[in-house]
Amino acid sequence: MDERRESDATPTKNHTTVERRSERELVVTRTVNAPARLVFEAWTKAELFRRWWVPKSYGLTLLSCEMDVRVGGQYRLVFRHEDSTMEFFGTYLEVTPHSRLVWTNEEGDGGMTVTTVTFDENAGKTLLVVHDRYPSKEALDSGSTAAMPEALDQLDELLASLGSSTETK
Amino acid sequence: MVQYCQTHFDASFGALSDATRRGVLEQLGRADASISALAENFHMTLTGMKKHVGVLEEAGLVTTEKVGRVRTCKLGVCALQEEAAWIERYRQLWGARFDELDKVVEKLKRKERVDGRKKRK
Repeated sequence: MDERRESDATPTKNHTTVERRSERELVVTRTVNAPARLVFEAWTKAELFRRWWVPKSYGLTLLSCEMDVRVGGQYRLVFRHEDSTMEFFGTYLEVTPHSRLVWTNEEGDGGMTVTTVTFDENAGKTLLVVHDRYPSKEALDSGSTAAMPEALDQLDELLASLGSSTETK
Repeated sequence: MVQYCQTHFDASFGALSDATRRGVLEQLGRADASISALAENFHMTLTGMKKHVGVLEEAGLVTTEKVGRVRTCKLGVCALQEEAAWIERYRQLWGARFDELDKVVEKLKRKERVDGRKKRK
């Protein structure tokens, strides 16, 4: 009923694209309305990163998030999903402030995934390109998002409500 | 079921990794065609085209039917729907993430403006 009221408060969302570039590569792009140094901060400070990396709608609780963002430094995220815990961990391979981050993801059995994120600032906005290279096409086919389809089924609905939930504190 | 999907994905993404086969799908998206017509369009031998169509057929992207001496190819019924759904899942995850990221970054921007104002005083 109050759809109209929300619209002026919510700025237009930028478009997220996903492309499967090859059997082993997935590329995600998105523009963020902020300079690269702020976006970079949100990717590299654990207390900020943990607020957005796991969408609330996924039914996952982030128990801990440790990030030592420097070349050779480690990160480790621990989640609770229903009755079990899951861990994601790896190593930072490249850290170039405000422009580039490369890390490995090592919890999978079939080898490691390498993620490269570039931050490209233009006129006060930042184009993010997230490039995942999986160890094999099987690893990509059955990637972490495919592993939680039940949560994803509810996502549409929840995403719709996300826009209206104001959490300005 | 999981196993089935896995095999299916392997086959369909494998099938899509070739430019000729992608071209064949595009053409069949416009109209059904015989293998010989496809071979001619893509400047290849009948045997070569039969192989490509075989790969597409195995992946469930194309079906063929022989009427008389002509084998006609058409798009598979659920061609690419599953693949599109698979990509859509990733898009939803990242879309949700980025929407949260926007909020975090907005707060940083606001904080910076406030701090800037304080400094100027």
